[in-house]
Amino acid sequence: MSTREHILAAVRTALQDAPAVPDIPRTYRQDGNLNAEERIDVLVDRLEDYKAGVTVVDEAAIPATIQGLLAGARSYVVPAGLDPAWLAWETEPSRVKYDGGGHGARSVTELDATDAVVTSSAVTVAESGTIILDGSPDQGRRAISLIPDHHICVVHSRDITQILPEALRRLDGTRPLTMISGPSATSDIELERVEGVHGPRRLDVIITKQSGKLPAS
Amino acid sequence: MSRTALGMPGLRPGSGNLFAEEKFPSAARRELGNSQLRRNLKHATSTIRTKRLNVTGELPDWEELRDAGSALKTSVMARLPELLEAFEANVTARGGTVHWARDADEANRIIHELVKAEGVDEVVKVKSMATQEIGMNEYLEEHGIAAYETDLAELIVQLDHDKPSHILVPAIHKNRTEVRDIFLKEMPGVDPHLTDEPRRLAMAARAHLRAKFLTAKVAISGANFGIADSGTLSVVESEGNGRMCLTLPETLITVMGIEKLLPTFSDLEVFLQLLPRSSTGERMNPYTSLWTGVTEGDGPSTFHVILLDNGRTNALADEMGRSALHCIRCSACINVCPVYERTGGHAYGSTYPGPIGAILSPLMTGVEAEENGSLPYASSLCGACYDACPVKINIPDILVHLRGKDVDAHRGGLPSQLDVGLKAASWALSDGRRLGAVEKLLPLGRAAAGKDKKIKKLPGIAAGWTQSRDIPAPPSQSFRDWWAKEHKES
Amino acid sequence: MKIALFATCIVDGMYPRAAQATVAVLERLGHEVVFPKGQACCGQMHVNSGYFKEAVPVVANHVRAFESEDYDVAVAPSGSCVASVKHQHPMVARRAGDAGLEERATAVGKKTYELSELLVDVLGVTDPAGQLGSYFPHTVTYHPSCHGMRLLKLGDRQAGLLRGVEGLELLDLPEADQCCGFGGTFSVKNADVSSAMLADKTANIRSTGASVCAGGDYSCLMHIGGGLSRQESGVATLHLAEILASTEAEPVAVPGPAGQTVKVVVK
Repeated sequence: MSTREHILAAVRTALQDAPAVPDIPRTYRQDGNLNAEERIDVLVDRLEDYKAGVTVVDEAAIPATIQGLLAGARSYVVPAGLDPAWLAWETEPSRVKYDGGGHGARSVTELDATDAVVTSSAVTVAESGTIILDGSPDQGRRAISLIPDHHICVVHSRDITQILPEALRRLDGTRPLTMISGPSATSDIELERVEGVHGPRRLDVIITKQSGKLPAS
Repeated sequence: MSRTALGMPGLRPGSGNLFAEEKFPSAARRELGNSQLRRNLKHATSTIRTKRLNVTGELPDWEELRDAGSALKTSVMARLPELLEAFEANVTARGGTVHWARDADEANRIIHELVKAEGVDEVVKVKSMATQEIGMNEYLEEHGIAAYETDLAELIVQLDHDKPSHILVPAIHKNRTEVRDIFLKEMPGVDPHLTDEPRRLAMAARAHLRAKFLTAKVAISGANFGIADSGTLSVVESEGNGRMCLTLPETLITVMGIEKLLPTFSDLEVFLQLLPRSSTGERMNPYTSLWTGVTEGDGPSTFHVILLDNGRTNALADEMGRSALHCIRCSACINVCPVYERTGGHAYGSTYPGPIGAILSPLMTGVEAEENGSLPYASSLCGACYDACPVKINIPDILVHLRGKDVDAHRGGLPSQLDVGLKAASWALSDGRRLGAVEKLLPLGRAAAGKDKKIKKLPGIAAGWTQSRDIPAPPSQSFRDWWAKEHKES
Repeated sequence: MKIALFATCIVDGMYPRAAQATVAVLERLGHEVVFPKGQACCGQMHVNSGYFKEAVPVVANHVRAFESEDYDVAVAPSGSCVASVKHQHPMVARRAGDAGLEERATAVGKKTYELSELLVDVLGVTDPAGQLGSYFPHTVTYHPSCHGMRLLKLGDRQAGLLRGVEGLELLDLPEADQCCGFGGTFSVKNADVSSAMLADKTANIRSTGASVCAGGDYSCLMHIGGGLSRQESGVATLHLAEILASTEAEPVAVPGPAGQTVKVVVK
């Protein structure tokens, strides 16, 4: 018998009393009850609590906001599918390192020598301040939002849910997913939280004000 | 730690680090003597208790989430064979390779073979209870492979040649000054002017590990959750060391206990709310990674997952105890446990300390293994653990159940003082007349108490009581006698 | 209402005054109290020590005793004994494979109340000073025992009753929800950890400056009182029932930790 069969047989033997499979009480909240502005307010509160930088702007102000945040960066990486309009102000194209698409993948060493990264995001949970990236072309592969020390992330208000169940329903679970709630942190020494360990030590979130409700879920 | 001087305990082939090598009371006595340890633990556990209560209290549906989490885990255990097979099929379909390991040794051998096949002699590691449990680092080291812990606390413990003492914060027994001293002594190239400010210490760890992350070819992780219907795995972490390990190396090896499955992706909506709030007391941990098999152009190109039994099927076979496998390793029970708070994690011997460890270790190994039969008694049954558990594991009931197994395992041998006493008590306490007759002896105790009406020293096991407590002189008559006199007419 | 008193073995043998006080309080409210003679012990010491086999006759005796008497509800001045009757008795019977005893134990458990639960939920006591004449002019701190707090979910019932006693000044106990370290045979099997827990509990009690530590469970109070006595703290332990039974005409004597009366400054 293979190990696999051994284990499965042991599991079946352990369950020979045929324990009942219970119904799952899904009485917890499946949907939020806050409107779009309230969701933004909650999200801002949570992100600031995590010591992330937060700016709430009109969609039209995204490029200028990114420009401001990148003022000190010698170079930054962007996923190939990022909205080019967001970087239309850039006058030093050598600062920009595209990753993915026709540009190929930047090496780890190159990413490590890059100051910042700009991405969009898939969906964001206001109540826990959680931004979720799913590897779409405007977010790129996981390494690019990990290695540079400064992550600038754009969150569209239409992609903000109040609670986690709403957000998960909008995602494909088989894509590589990264849930980000503030800059990297540790509480390993005396349970005192220190922001900024191995992941980006600086996280700036640009939230777009945009009317229009989330599609009913 | 006195343990440090003794070095790492030898591994037991087959089951790894699941054993109390010493009876809990004597291990506890030694740890209690370390006043620095007690101060550190008190500070840390009370900090995290407050944080947890704040973030669990703010969710209007916290209790409903706990109910759903508990039912989901009950369902997973009942359906485990089909879920394991589905998980295996889905991982395989997505380009991953599934291995099975009955015990620690088998898991270690598989990992070693896989690492060897990549032609490397070092790996980076995400903090993982499963790899602690099987003693993987030690096994790999014996076979010439260095496994670098990348979680800050695990790094501290590894540099100090110590053992983790907590599921979530393995270096909870160390304070900042001790951590600074360990770094100064053991971390190559560390700034000699390093202070004990936690931020500075974290930055030192960042600098120390950066090159390892960027060059490692193989990473090893555990998993918080495995999704049966998609083959998805998840690691919940804070520092980004997990993301580094899960994303940058070419090969990823994940060791996961067979009980970690959830039926569907959407079930994460329950557990990703329960876990961080119960664990670090945060609304959400900084980083959660989910991956399914291999994704072209993003992350490792080779992925292995090892499904580990190592005693889990023993626990599963115990109808009263199997819910211990519902544990999501949040450590909330540990942080509220008054016994853990005073002894720390090393007193439990096993990788799993605290209330959950006191049931999980003996359930996995059997109560008769080593000194694991002493673990279920490491509780005053105050019930704080059950209240805190996000998946409502009734730890006090399982503790009592395992005490029953331990008592039964020793029946037929030489009776202990407690055996004799409790058997006699059973006789006296199962009949009001007999108890009444025994109570007639109360004046004897009264005489023994003497002038100050205190009994200050008792013999035998009862001496444990009088080490810090008096017993008052018994009353001149029992309530029963008083009542009989008051109600003569009846 | 006809109320059956379950004195519990520790109160029966060591602290009869708590049972006497329970009787006094219930009679003062106009209820009839009966004492089922066959009663002895709830058996939790056996269950909690893993001696399930030895617990069976103890449980069977309790069930028999409380079936043999006609009454409306049963009451015990102990949260842990009531929790045992309600929760452990059916479990002990189930493990012994005795479905009949399980059913009977469940029925007895359903009719059994912890004292504060009975007073507040069933008998409607909201104002002990007014309804019972409770008077206790001392500073008191209160230890909520684990089983009452967590298994029976007594909440504010006991403290609420204490607050309603005339003359009583209730002082908050720091870390009140922490276990005193008793845990039955835990206190001897893991005597060192138990003593460490007790040391913190007594330090917290002494930090309040109260002259009395009150509680609803004499097992915990015996443990705490034993520590306070050993430390010669001068702080007494008293059961909630004794404080509720105390009146201006017949004030309860405040005993020292070892039973002797100590001088208490009356305000």
